[in-house]
Amino acid sequence: MAEVEKPVKKYSLFSLARNALSFHQNWEKAWRSPEPKKHYNAIIIGGGGHGLATAYYLAKEHGLTNIAVIEKGWLGGGNTGRNTTIIRSNYLWDESAAIYDKALQLYEGLSQDLNYNIMLSQRGVLNLAHNLHDVRELKRRVHAIRLNGIDSEYLSPAQIKEMIPIIDISPSIRYPVMGASLQRRGGVARHDAVAWGFARAADARGVDIIQQCEVTGILREGGRVTGVETTRGTIHAPKVGIVTAGHTSVLAAMAGIRLPITSYPLQAMVTEPVKPILNSVVMSNAVHCYVSQSDKGELVLGAGIDGYNSYTQRGSLHIVEEQLAAVCMLFPIFSRLRIMRKWGGIVDTCPDASPIISKTPVEGLYINGGWGTGGFKATPGSGWAFAHTMARDEPHALNAPYALDRFTSGALIAEHGAAAVAH
Amino acid sequence: MLLIPCPYCGEREETEFHHGGEAHIERPQDPDALSDAEWANYIFMRTNPKGLFHERWVHAAGCRRWFNMARNTATNAIIGTYKIGEKPPKGAR
Ligand SMILES: Cc1cc2nc3c(=O)[nH]c(=O)nc-3n(C[C@H](O)[C@H](O)[C@H](O)COP(=O)(O)OP(=O)(O)OC[C@H]3O[C@@H](n4cnc5c(N)ncnc54)[C@H](O)[C@@H]3O)c2cc1C
Ligand SMILES: [Zn+2]
Repeated sequence: MAEVEKPVKKYSLFSLARNALSFHQNWEKAWRSPEPKKHYNAIIIGGGGHGLATAYYLAKEHGLTNIAVIEKGWLGGGNTGRNTTIIRSNYLWDESAAIYDKALQLYEGLSQDLNYNIMLSQRGVLNLAHNLHDVRELKRRVHAIRLNGIDSEYLSPAQIKEMIPIIDISPSIRYPVMGASLQRRGGVARHDAVAWGFARAADARGVDIIQQCEVTGILREGGRVTGVETTRGTIHAPKVGIVTAGHTSVLAAMAGIRLPITSYPLQAMVTEPVKPILNSVVMSNAVHCYVSQSDKGELVLGAGIDGYNSYTQRGSLHIVEEQLAAVCMLFPIFSRLRIMRKWGGIVDTCPDASPIISKTPVEGLYINGGWGTGGFKATPGSGWAFAHTMARDEPHALNAPYALDRFTSGALIAEHGAAAVAH
Repeated sequence: MLLIPCPYCGEREETEFHHGGEAHIERPQDPDALSDAEWANYIFMRTNPKGLFHERWVHAAGCRRWFNMARNTATNAIIGTYKIGEKPPKGAR
């Protein structure tokens, strides 16, 4: 039975005050939960940040509103709600700089645009160097990034210590801190809020968001996509976008497409909450850790991927041990904190550590995946470019280099080392 | 952490091994005759299935030999290991 739905109202100081009077019992639902229709003009598979952003920009920028986002679980329950929320755009290659900085620029105005506080905190992201090669590579990168008009600085160990008094910069530790790059516009945002904000804003523009509905087949006729088979019935559409992160290969296989993607578990964890102690984001590729402090006071710690592909959404314990050893080396003060929770997400990695935002050999079928370990920062830019690609049936200049055929032409966008740390 | 049954040494901890990716990808017999698309398929494209998967492992900190393993990637359950050149065990084909 269809629920009676109230229209989404604008959040404001007044709505906050009004709802406080009724003890916050009467907030309207942030989005509807409609029954799937038989036919849409476009279907987005995957209700993570990227899928919801795609739907939002399809509606906002291209006037396509008879569309559905189909999610097998709950919104943001995939990697969007499992990541360490680090945002930055200091990538080496021009193609990466363009799309990641587009995303960062959209992030900078997103709370206003969506009328939803995504809690963007541009507290600065540091990438540490631990040996001479790191130092040279980081300096080269700082310059290349500045040439692309993106803010980027190089810090000496003393400057790092000034920013982060608790870091150990003594030359005697196993992997001494020899320098760092800093992007001051980098930082963190609330990951759930990004998914929820896009969902609410897309819904307000008429997009149907359908949860608890798994796509089990992709329908095709004569080389064209015609819709999807789901656990809640067949849904037809002339355009279908696959935005399923860790499950990108699984969905592509439903349409007979092979991808250069491998799926791995990636883990993160939080400590018990403590008072403010770390006011920026610190990442290290060489010893592999990345850490920031959440608004609740927990340290948010990210580990590396497992050594083998898997869809289990949990990772090996020895990976966590290695990453905690690195954290404790850099921040001895953290050694007695207890880990409260740890979890895994399935990340879809590409051979060149860059995503695929592309048309496919099946007409009307599009893929946005392969973001691997670092796509949260790209969420708005990815959705923006993918919406363009789906609406016009051709890529925007921003995502043209990310076509699937780069693996045939050889024009890879090799960001493995170039991005310093994978996230 | 997996407990991997090396066909030469028996069960050992995962940290003694290195993963070698998808198994049974044949090196092209006549590389000069390959099109760009065929090269792409050989070098980059992977099956990446959710379920039964055949993969290579090397017992790096043990006998240092390569072998194949059949594993369910949805559960990590190991179905069996087999030597290079052998066919996958029953229930893993
Ligand atoms: C531990 C961890 C830490 C990370 N840290 C960072 C970081 O600090 N910074 C950063 O930029 N990135 C980070 N990432 C990567 C980032 O989380 C992802 O790249 C990004 O969130 C992907 O977003 P998405 O919307 O594409 O995927 P998801 O949020 O995973 O959404 C895909 C959705 O598709 C759904 N789906 C799958 N199959 C089907 C089906 N058959 N039918 C219907 N729906 C389906 C899933 O349920 C899921 O909700 C991290 C990832 C992990 C796991
Ligand atoms: Zn052995």
